Amino acid sequence: MHSGRGWSFASLLVAALVLLPLIALGAAALRGDASLWPHLLQHVLPPTLHQTALLLLGVGALVIVVGTGSAWLVSAYDFRGRALLDWALLLPLAVPTYIVAYAYMDLLHPIGPLQSGLRAVLGIDSPRDLRLPDIRSLGGCIFVLGFVLYPYVYLTTRALFLMQSATLIEAARTLGAGPRTVFVRVALPLARPAVAVGASLALMETINDIGASEFLGVRTLTISIYSTWVNRADLAGAAQIALAMLAVVAALLLIERRGRRSQRYNTAAQRARPMTPTRLSGAAGVAAFALGSVPVLLGFVAPALYLVERSIARLRFAGLPPSLLDATLNTVATAAAATVVIVALGVTVTYAARVAPGPLAQASARIAGLGYAVPGTVLAIGLLAPLGAFDRWAGDLIEGFVGGSIGLLTLGSGAALIYAYAARFLAVSAGGIESGFARIAPSIDHAARTLGETAGGVLRRVHLPMLRPALAAAALLVFVDCMKELPATLLLRPLDFETLATTLYGEAARGTYEDGAVAALIIVLAGLLPVLLLARVGRRAAETLP
Amino acid sequence: MMTLRQFLTFAGTAATFLFAASPAHAETVNLYTTREPGLIQPLLSAFTRETGVDVRTIFIKDGLAERVAAEGERSPADVLMTVDFGNLIDLVDHDLVQAVDSEVLRAAVPAALRDAGNRWFALSMRARLVYAAKDLDLEGLTYEDLADPRWKGRFCMRSGLHPYSTALIAAYIAHHGEAAAEAWLQALKANLARKAGGGDREVARDILGQLCDIGVGNSYYVGRMRSGAGGPEQQKWGDAIQVVLPRFENGGTHVNISGAAVARHAPNRDQAVRLLEYLVSPAAQQIYAHVDFEYPVNEAAEPDPITAAYGTLQPDALPLTEIARHRRTASLMAERIGFDN
Repeated sequence: MHSGRGWSFASLLVAALVLLPLIALGAAALRGDASLWPHLLQHVLPPTLHQTALLLLGVGALVIVVGTGSAWLVSAYDFRGRALLDWALLLPLAVPTYIVAYAYMDLLHPIGPLQSGLRAVLGIDSPRDLRLPDIRSLGGCIFVLGFVLYPYVYLTTRALFLMQSATLIEAARTLGAGPRTVFVRVALPLARPAVAVGASLALMETINDIGASEFLGVRTLTISIYSTWVNRADLAGAAQIALAMLAVVAALLLIERRGRRSQRYNTAAQRARPMTPTRLSGAAGVAAFALGSVPVLLGFVAPALYLVERSIARLRFAGLPPSLLDATLNTVATAAAATVVIVALGVTVTYAARVAPGPLAQASARIAGLGYAVPGTVLAIGLLAPLGAFDRWAGDLIEGFVGGSIGLLTLGSGAALIYAYAARFLAVSAGGIESGFARIAPSIDHAARTLGETAGGVLRRVHLPMLRPALAAAALLVFVDCMKELPATLLLRPLDFETLATTLYGEAARGTYEDGAVAALIIVLAGLLPVLLLARVGRRAAETLP
Repeated sequence: MMTLRQFLTFAGTAATFLFAASPAHAETVNLYTTREPGLIQPLLSAFTRETGVDVRTIFIKDGLAERVAAEGERSPADVLMTVDFGNLIDLVDHDLVQAVDSEVLRAAVPAALRDAGNRWFALSMRARLVYAAKDLDLEGLTYEDLADPRWKGRFCMRSGLHPYSTALIAAYIAHHGEAAAEAWLQALKANLARKAGGGDREVARDILGQLCDIGVGNSYYVGRMRSGAGGPEQQKWGDAIQVVLPRFENGGTHVNISGAAVARHAPNRDQAVRLLEYLVSPAAQQIYAHVDFEYPVNEAAEPDPITAAYGTLQPDALPLTEIARHRRTASLMAERIGFDN
């Protein structure tokens, strides 16, 4: 397995790149002492751990129920409007969580349209006489994050239901299992890797969320990291908390993975057909469509309509913000360049874990995904020191040869941004590609290798063509994530360089987030296109199966 | 559907575009700021018009000090600008700034609003005010009064861990000591009508929505709301509240600043000093007053009429550096009593 070693080495290199900022954080953590911990243990961790755990449980339950439920609905049943739901269920991916939080805050506030309307209908004058629950609460935050993040689970489980379960599900049906039994006893267990990948992405996004949680008044661990760092200028203490949190997340991911290590989810070489959906007509069909529309309405339509309304008001009042075109171009260009890099790295680490199944390649693949478990700003802070050191070293070297002053090479350049995106979103691309690989039986590799193909040759001529849907899905997901990325972009971008997210944030930081409505709407619109492509890729993958 | 090859071509083109060099200007100054650039853009444009010096900016919320430190001697940063004096003093503590010997700056900025070693200078002031329902009589209100149990279930405030809150708590500690401050903060928490959080404008909105009757917020938000600069809806919020300039029982109104310093390794040091000198000039101070609704630091400029209508500002006499010493204690205190929980 000579070439296996090459892949192993490449994978190790990728892991090292992701690990670099984390090591720098570790060094920062060690520069401090442990004096903060008694305070943290006594006053900070009990409430924040409690809130974080409840938030994760709530969001986890919501994304799994909504994600798998809606995926099953559009896979197992056929009804009027199903084709529409099939892609519309992905739409919330296009909206950053903090924007949805802002939107719901405005919609549900006592002086917002919903409560004002309700009071008008009920003939109540004062908001004091009609108190509804405040969205600024743990429950409100679970609601917002759950309905924005469920598409991660929907996407992965939908792909799985489409591509794999037909034979087994039909066997179960032949054996007399009703629809509910099929879902609970066959489809759901089969979907576990997909649910796990989707839910862990959603939960990592939740634990690292700053915007929505802070705005809705939920004290998560990540917010504690912030107050330690920003408020007390205690980077060492913040790095200590961040690394402790990372250790917990990594342990949880490991436990989940161990839990399904002994199981195999690919259906060897037999023909895998998509299952034939049950036709629902009349009232049942309408009910199915209504049920499937709920997540789309809550996670996308309501906040998007609100943004449209705000944008129109804003445009009428202040006109089109200047430099929005530049910001759009910057956003798309950076995200596109980063996507190519991140998908290539994702293929490298997952394929290495397949052809070189030693502990090293496996460990590298796990490490490569760690960046997603760290809050974006913390990761970006970790990148600063290594990039600065590199710039000093390389700058001195180059200036030694050619003279002059070349300033900084990576810091404040597009390269630093792409590096940060890669370290952050590798888990997203690797997760999707890995579940794509999982559907290709190893016997296919063995056959190709027996016929004299190298590991690289198998990848190029056998796997990549089969992986196209998974690759496209990973690419589009990463692209949308990069487009929405805020904290690392804010900290690492060049002078005079704005993306849509930083423009929006700048406006919001002025204290008037409505001013950012236009930028927010463009983020949503620009995110729509990849999401629609994503849905098409999924459908086509199902159609073109052997 | 876009093929992989098409996508690669597109990404390649995009990358080329991204890394293309920006046009060079004869004279530039590079500004790193934690202030949203939209707020200072009118000032920077005016500076460029007057001097021909081009200003390149990057707005960084958190981590400005870390970035400049990582860039080291090769940093392009000339001017570092922050809101909150704590952040400014952090820059000094991290040894990221240099002293500026400028008669213009010394003459324009009162001694209490600049570093004794000339390492930073305030550019504008904002006061920590009380927003309240219009029907309340709040004549002579003090910060201490906010702890009065009569505000139970009627008081709103942003996170106790936000830098503005930290500064106010630190000022309280500086006036009354740690034990009294903790009792005060506990009482404030007991008065909260909702969880501490959101921004200062939410306080105004929640007063309008009758979720609370009284709360704490910055002076300039009111100006922006009432002037109509934020749109007709916000004007409604701003008009729905009364604004009070509270004082400490043994002092004045708590103020914070926006300020700036020249970076230690500034490649365009002369331009940097020129920018600072411009920003404290009467012309620029007028922009701070009338566009941003802040209090000018240069006595030659007057606050905007909207701002002046709150009453006459008598800033607390405690030096900002003295308040800054209590920031850590204040922040730990807010966590200890679980102000945000």
